[in-house]
Amino acid sequence: MTTVSGFVPSDAEKHAAHTPPTGLRRYLFATNHKDIGTLYLCFAVMAGVIGSLLSIAIRAELMSPGMHVFPVLSAIMNGDGSDGAARNLYNVFFSAHALVMIFFMVMPAMMGGFGNWFVPLMIGAPDMAFPRLNNLSFWLLVASFCMLVTSMFVEGSPGMNGFGGGWVLYPPFSSTMGTPGPAGDFVILSLHLAGASSIVGAINFIATIFNMRAPGMTLFRMPLFVWSVLATAFLLLLALPVLAGALTMLLTDRNFHTSFFDPAGGGDPLLFQHLFWFFGHPEVYILILPGFGMISQIVSTFSRKPVFGYMGMVLAMLTICALGFVVWAHHMFITGIPLAEQEFFVITTMAIAVPTGVKVFSWIATMWGGSIAMRPPMLWALGFIFVFTVGGVTGVVLANAALDRELHDTYYVVAHFHYTMSLGAVFSIFAGFYYWFPKMTGYLYNERLAKLHFWLTFAGINIVFMPQHFLGFAGMPRRQVDYADAFTLWNFVSSIGAFIAGIGTLVFLYTLYEAFAAKRVAPANPWGEGATTLEWTLPSPPPFHQFETPPAIRFDGAGAAVAEGGH
Amino acid sequence: MTVTAHAADDHAGQAHHGETSRAPTAIAFGSMFLVPLTFGAAVMLASAGARAGVLGAPTQGEIGFQPVNSDNAADIVWFHDAFLLPVTIGVSALVFVLLAYVVVNFRERVHPTPSKTTHNWTLEVVWTILPALALVVIAFPSLQLLRKQMIVPTPDLVLKATASQWEWRYGYPKEVGGFQFDSLPKDDGDLDLAKGDLRLLTVDNAPVVPVGKVVEVDVTSLDVIHSFAVPSLGVRVDAIPGRLTQTWFKAEREGVFYGQCSNICGIGHAFMPIEIRVVGADDYQAWLVRAKKKQFASTGGVELAAASPTR
Repeated sequence: MTTVSGFVPSDAEKHAAHTPPTGLRRYLFATNHKDIGTLYLCFAVMAGVIGSLLSIAIRAELMSPGMHVFPVLSAIMNGDGSDGAARNLYNVFFSAHALVMIFFMVMPAMMGGFGNWFVPLMIGAPDMAFPRLNNLSFWLLVASFCMLVTSMFVEGSPGMNGFGGGWVLYPPFSSTMGTPGPAGDFVILSLHLAGASSIVGAINFIATIFNMRAPGMTLFRMPLFVWSVLATAFLLLLALPVLAGALTMLLTDRNFHTSFFDPAGGGDPLLFQHLFWFFGHPEVYILILPGFGMISQIVSTFSRKPVFGYMGMVLAMLTICALGFVVWAHHMFITGIPLAEQEFFVITTMAIAVPTGVKVFSWIATMWGGSIAMRPPMLWALGFIFVFTVGGVTGVVLANAALDRELHDTYYVVAHFHYTMSLGAVFSIFAGFYYWFPKMTGYLYNERLAKLHFWLTFAGINIVFMPQHFLGFAGMPRRQVDYADAFTLWNFVSSIGAFIAGIGTLVFLYTLYEAFAAKRVAPANPWGEGATTLEWTLPSPPPFHQFETPPAIRFDGAGAAVAEGGH
Repeated sequence: MTVTAHAADDHAGQAHHGETSRAPTAIAFGSMFLVPLTFGAAVMLASAGARAGVLGAPTQGEIGFQPVNSDNAADIVWFHDAFLLPVTIGVSALVFVLLAYVVVNFRERVHPTPSKTTHNWTLEVVWTILPALALVVIAFPSLQLLRKQMIVPTPDLVLKATASQWEWRYGYPKEVGGFQFDSLPKDDGDLDLAKGDLRLLTVDNAPVVPVGKVVEVDVTSLDVIHSFAVPSLGVRVDAIPGRLTQTWFKAEREGVFYGQCSNICGIGHAFMPIEIRVVGADDYQAWLVRAKKKQFASTGGVELAAASPTR
């Protein structure tokens, strides 16, 4: 293991460290990994609430056939309640819902929030390798979000505000053909900034994990959450530049009369789809891998047992990463790509089920023979394992190009990816949040409320998405503002589920408020002997700086990490 | 499920070991998964049953595929119900049962001392190899069916479907008259519900094709990307400007078959349905005569060679 003696601070720095800056200075100029993690988490909660409101508006509209909600919303937002404006606003809402949830909720919460907070703590490092880059990474994301919100209020399609082409931004709809107005440019530049932010963050994580592990914390002693962040960082680093390239080509198509994607000039709209999904498929693993890591920590903690098959878990994650880069065209089975290409992508896509299965079975094996405490994080983790399995097996169905012929772009796909994301990724985020909340804030939350939040969310969101499988079988296309009358029943049920899940979100916000108001002081380790990673050896909340001189990490008989020396 | 909740109120913050009794936990845990599993089982039962009716349209409350009206659609439904539905339901149920088992049997109250097992190579190899083998079993019929869908047999009729914001235009080849016409959804006021018209699905001018004949559909777009999809015929292919994509079907029965544009294409995305009428040979000939007489925006033939096929 490399030594990190170069990180020993001077006396002056030590003195400065004892008085953390306050107010704007502390957060606007934040370089402390925990402060930046907190900023990310607050940002993700805010974006999550906005994204949820967008989805509730969508479900309200789809509760019954015809158009009822968006004409009113459109009249309020744009002063135009006409049918055309309302339909456009619906398209803008589902596009924004996807972008907000992916780029401004799940990614900031997992990597920016939990990654920043706990990677340095878990490896015995004083901070991230590049604290100022870390600050840049966060504030770029804020700028990016502002641009996305702005796009909703400037002209997109002629005479209408916002970009309504879906998060995939397929040209020609996203080029001047479908969206001549500046809303298209705002979305593109917003994603450029979000991409830059993530690349900067990924570099930071890779440098930190490779160089700043305390002596004794070898690569294969690292907690699985750190492994998952490392794997995700590599995915980000390799995938996002491809998105940036595609977006730049789209931008020049729109503004400088190039024709990368315009058939009239010799370009090809399918080129964009290939580039987009070369980024887009690794992106879905970016959204779920840190969740895998968190679930491993939580299942192990509350079973009071080490993770089963640690090596298999690491290899499974790395396999998923590698395969993730060679499956992209399964999003394009019906674009008319050749037979041989479809056959290749069928096989690679199905192969991903194998390492994913290894992870699910290993989580269950971790619990097997354990001593399980059903605390809120564990409840969320159990829910995660089940719903992610459901989302995973419907993924195997869709991997078959022959079947995708029937289900592509129907609600079956919507149900599939919401089971992996809206249930899977989000459940892992809540599991992680309830796991680490006492550590981050120093306060205990009300576990009864946290469990109520779980049950409302679990029931609600299953009622939202399970019937959508049926709508998909019946052939209901996604992204429709109005639907044939035969789809009414399941859409109605689905909307009821959304309202239940919405109430769950209110319970979550109240749980947060209650925890801060009640100020129940958390001990260093509220979870008992199952919590074996380094963050639980520090007080709750941890000091502003920790491990300023690197400790020696030793693992006791039960596999728990112990930091010796250092401070 | 209730007692452990008090742990948070414990100001000392000691790790609190739940004293919940076993039965209510099992019930609560069971109900957590009951709803999705019930739905899933219902899908299996429903889609396994035979279906009546030749109208290719969705029906209220259905939980399986639309009635099939072509060989390819029948194969798709068979492949899903025989291979993949058992896998989806089976794997979900297996994981549920295993989760329920560990939660009931390894709760800290009944199993206070955790084991120290960290790995078991045999088990790990088995749960890697077995799913891989299962996937190989799935892959064979899957790829076979894919070939059948992708390799278009010699067509009896080539129908050209051209999408634009927000309508479909159908063109017939020179040999049968070389006419083309636009197909738009009927306005709500024009719908004849007694005759079986469906809102957002029924169109003013539907293309008519002969039953039992191979119909190749060549699809393209004039502006943004759309998608040509008719679930009951088992066809779906994107309409992409600058490209000509192909799909095909052989309708088994006469009837009316509906589909909708399946790729987001702007504010009219939900309002560009596809309706295909399948009729007997005589009716088809009679329709061709009428269609030619009606002078559907005849341009003296449809240009099918405007773009090269992607296959």
